[in-house]
Amino acid sequence: MHNEILRVNKLNVSLNGDEILKDLNFSVKKGEVLIILGPNGAGKTTLFKSLLGLLPYSGEVIWHSKRISYLPPRELIHRKELPPLTLEDFFKFKKVSSYKIAKILNQVGLDPNILKKGFESLSTGQFQRMLIAWGLVDEPEVLLFDEPAYGIDIGGQETVYSLLQNFWKEHNLTILLITHDLSIVWGHADNVLCLNKNYYCYGKPQEVITPKELEKLYGTGIEFYEHSHIGS
Amino acid sequence: MHIISALILGAFICGAAGYLGSLMVTKRMSLMGEALGHMTLPGIALAIIYGFDISIGAFFFLLLGIILIWLLEKRTKLPMETLAALVISSSLAIAFLFLPEEETINALIGDISKITMVDTITTVAFSTIIFLAINKVFSNMIFVSISEDLARVSGINISRMNLIFLSCIALVIAIGVKVVGGLLIAALVAIPASTSKNLGKNLTHYSYGGLLFGSTAGVLGILGFQLTGIPAGPLIIMISAVLFLISLIFVK
Repeated sequence: MHNEILRVNKLNVSLNGDEILKDLNFSVKKGEVLIILGPNGAGKTTLFKSLLGLLPYSGEVIWHSKRISYLPPRELIHRKELPPLTLEDFFKFKKVSSYKIAKILNQVGLDPNILKKGFESLSTGQFQRMLIAWGLVDEPEVLLFDEPAYGIDIGGQETVYSLLQNFWKEHNLTILLITHDLSIVWGHADNVLCLNKNYYCYGKPQEVITPKELEKLYGTGIEFYEHSHIGS
Repeated sequence: MHIISALILGAFICGAAGYLGSLMVTKRMSLMGEALGHMTLPGIALAIIYGFDISIGAFFFLLLGIILIWLLEKRTKLPMETLAALVISSSLAIAFLFLPEEETINALIGDISKITMVDTITTVAFSTIIFLAINKVFSNMIFVSISEDLARVSGINISRMNLIFLSCIALVIAIGVKVVGGLLIAALVAIPASTSKNLGKNLTHYSYGGLLFGSTAGVLGILGFQLTGIPAGPLIIMISAVLFLISLIFVK
């Protein structure tokens, strides 16, 4: 397919002898939003790491883009016990002009003066906005974002998702998003990939997110409401 | 010993050690520096007995030591801190076996009175190489400390970077033992960086602060030796410690 940006064929990943992902097949089109859903320990982060070549795997991962940006779960970004580091230092890792940095900070609603602040001094909400700016400042075609809203209050979560949606609309960004949060699926996803160890399902949200599939994914006891008010 | 020549040597190697130290402190390798410093002692002893350059003996034993620690860590899965303790004491014990008694103190705390013009020239050359190499990997090493995954996705070759870093550590220690000896070398890398961490607001301040405080202590220590006759090694470390104490007043 000419507008395919990622194809995954028979992806198998084992860690320390444990089979985490088994025979996974899916593809992502340019400009698509794919949500990856599943309980803790299902292998969602492992999937991202394999897609990025950070973990050994068997099978095929074919990217039709070199401009891939990755934002790991926030708790995997060390903010303590670092040398004195300003946000300016952090943005220098990206090697882009200061004009672009200021511009994108404005777009995520942060004052560019924040660059002089220490890396550890931001609040959780500010840090997440800053991270989105950092991930997108070099204009990637694809963004892989692991748990964007983890640990953020509801107002903050909405900000994060609406920011992502703005960038998606403006730049035809392809987004792969890991989340726990079922409610965002309806509003933003083109496709959903649900993972739980050796089980997975894949398809359009309305086909995949059924009470039956959720029960298979999370076990019994999940309450299911269709949120008609969420979305663009 | 010509005083100007000694001052140049001190400024360069102590500056390089302080600059490198800012990375070692970030990587929590100060104790490792202590272990490596002690490992040079048997090499220094052999160099004194057979009359070859102390740094060459030290460097050879450092290489042996790094391989030994690497093997021990792989085989035993003991924490680095335990291995460091093991290495520190055994190297000291081995060195005492055959270190000539009248030379013991020089091996432990350094002796700049024997430094020659050739030493100064090679030290300046190596210190410059170390500075340039660390300057090249510095920001990427910090990036890895923040998130190894992010750094790898950005295309950073971590093992190549670590190799450069370890080689610089071995070089700084091998050269530094001439000035401050095997016992004090860890302080040469750790203290200037700690001072700089207290004062610095960003990465540039922090790394160049390490260089500046290292160099300052080196120069003042050697001047102090010239004036008082107290060995330069302990003087350099004491001045470094005083600078650190002063920096405490300004801790943010």
